[in-house]
Amino acid sequence: MSKFKVSVIVSLRPSVLDPAGEATASASKRLGIEGISNLRIGKSIQLDIEAKSEHDARTKIEVLCDRLLSNPVMENWSFDLRESNS
Amino acid sequence: MTIGVIVFPGSNCDRDVQWATEGCLGMKTKFLWHETTDLQGIDAVVIPGGFSYGDYLRCGAIAQFAPVLRSVLQFVNRGGKVLGICNGFQVLTELGLLPGALIKNKDQNFICQNSHLLINSSRSDWFINYKNSTINIQLPIAHGEGRYFCSQDTLLKLQDDDCIALKYLNNPNGSLDDIAGLTNKAGNVLGLMPHPERACDPKIGRIDGRYILQALLN
Repeated sequence: MSKFKVSVIVSLRPSVLDPAGEATASASKRLGIEGISNLRIGKSIQLDIEAKSEHDARTKIEVLCDRLLSNPVMENWSFDLRESNS
Repeated sequence: MTIGVIVFPGSNCDRDVQWATEGCLGMKTKFLWHETTDLQGIDAVVIPGGFSYGDYLRCGAIAQFAPVLRSVLQFVNRGGKVLGICNGFQVLTELGLLPGALIKNKDQNFICQNSHLLINSSRSDWFINYKNSTINIQLPIAHGEGRYFCSQDTLLKLQDDDCIALKYLNNPNGSLDDIAGLTNKAGNVLGLMPHPERACDPKIGRIDGRYILQALLN
């Protein structure tokens, strides 16, 4: 068995209005930082997984992202997976 | 005839539903803990409002894996009636019994008000207890994540199948096509953001919600 460190990003699909993102973008103007646009708020999830191979780990993480960590109706996901030595 | 009200950790409208169904309407009501799979003797199921499992991750995301809902899926396939209210509606979409999703209100606010609604479909029997002339009703809403969203293809299908059961007249949360409630194609599952159980006791206001709850045992 190998151990992997996984970092998952879940973001709202581009067609979904993100009112929290818009409110945060408007606060950035009040902070005095101009030029911010397309601010979208998502989730970052870190986890460790033990699996037979990298392929096995990726397959499991894909199911996890599709069925639990994101809702495909409104969200997209991506992940970064690295073998951990510890 | 017995109504089962599902109780998740974090449900907070379970006792309101029981007060409405049993206290106001005299319909026998039993609580179903989320870990049970036994629906024996239950004739209709209510998934109440609240914050199931803290609404961690997304509203209803963790609840969809509750043991009791495995039995509810079989119950629905046998034609059993299921009513999802507020968080219960969110759970039904996560579970895939109803399409789409409920996301943060357009204006970011938690909205708590009386809401004017249109009964948009009479295909199912959820609304037949209203008088024939009644198409506008009032029910309270109380939610932060009630904006209905789905793809254009899904919306067209919902319209074609006449599944859009309830619409807001003033669309307070930015829902697509003013959607406040949906039925499945078979008509035995209804999910809605407004709270019919909070409009059953004449001592605290209108009783427009009674007719929907009575329809559980039609």
